[in-house]
Amino acid sequence: MESVRSSWGRRLPISRPFAGRIRTSVTSSDLAVFRAGLRAASPVLLGVFPFGLVTGVAMAAGGIPPLESILMSFVVFAGASQLAATQLLGAAAPVAVILVTAFFINLRFVMYSASMRAHLAGLPLRWRLGLGYMLSDNAYALCITRYTQHPDEPGKHWYCLGTAMPIWLTWQVATVLGVIAGAAIPHHWRLEFAAPLAFVAMSVPLLRDRAMVAAALAAGSAVVITNGLPMRLGLVCAAVAGIAAGLLVEPKAARASPS
Amino acid sequence: MTLAAIWISMLGMGIITLTLRSSFLVLPERVKLPALLRRALRYVPAAVLTAIYAPALLVQSGTIHISPANAHLLAGLVAIGVAWYLRRTFLTIAAGMLALHLFVALGART
Repeated sequence: MESVRSSWGRRLPISRPFAGRIRTSVTSSDLAVFRAGLRAASPVLLGVFPFGLVTGVAMAAGGIPPLESILMSFVVFAGASQLAATQLLGAAAPVAVILVTAFFINLRFVMYSASMRAHLAGLPLRWRLGLGYMLSDNAYALCITRYTQHPDEPGKHWYCLGTAMPIWLTWQVATVLGVIAGAAIPHHWRLEFAAPLAFVAMSVPLLRDRAMVAAALAAGSAVVITNGLPMRLGLVCAAVAGIAAGLLVEPKAARASPS
Repeated sequence: MTLAAIWISMLGMGIITLTLRSSFLVLPERVKLPALLRRALRYVPAAVLTAIYAPALLVQSGTIHISPANAHLLAGLVAIGVAWYLRRTFLTIAAGMLALHLFVALGART
């Protein structure tokens, strides 16, 4: 097989283009794209780290044992779901409610995967599942920006891996540190309140137009009004109320050209 | 909180999250997301994330409690202000925690 000397000095195989399939062996241009992803992700890590730390602390302060907290970060890898589960487990909510909540929190990933699909078409299943597992909000934002600016760049999946992997790794290290620190922090610091505050930090920056504000206000009101409902069904009511409010308030232009 | 509940939640959430994240990466090309659903999904994060923290600010021991004596509400409003203007995760959480302790020290209840 032919090979090429990469900028790392290693000899790397070049595979021949193969009709209908994406190349799966690594070329030097793949590595260049991968490193471009790493560079793009590095400033984002400054935001991922404290959020992971807070999540770890909140899981520990919320009464989830250290081993389970750390495993949850690996298995679920979704801060909002981990924090929500911590709050719900602490309130002795049924497991079904926790799962429904996680479903709603993570519904946005359906939207992400739908818009990423065209750029990652033809990849082997292990790549698609692997990138799917690591697809965080931040990685998605970085990837879709790059794909929009460089629609014909080869090896797009390497860019995705380059952004998603350091974010994943930072998240894992930060939550472990948070779990260790959280177990040592005294109760009167009231750190369990960091969980709702993390949701404030995640949701408020999303409110960039009137429709988003309407969705948030409707959902917040609905969940408080339906507070008495059993099984925390209020969250489902809130999701429906928020979506309805957003759709009602959004400008007509957005309806004509969904993006 | 039982260990069994933690484990079942963890594994269940893992499966749900992976399924949603890789959904359209794995589904056949002919499966499309309908336009209305795509529009509706745009509002899910803002709606759901708000619905998760709103009770922590507004509900105290099962009843709605909107008053200046509610330390969680006051601290939450401070955090919302910081998040709105500065959009920084860590600053938002730090400001909210400091505000909570300040309002508790001033006599507000949690």
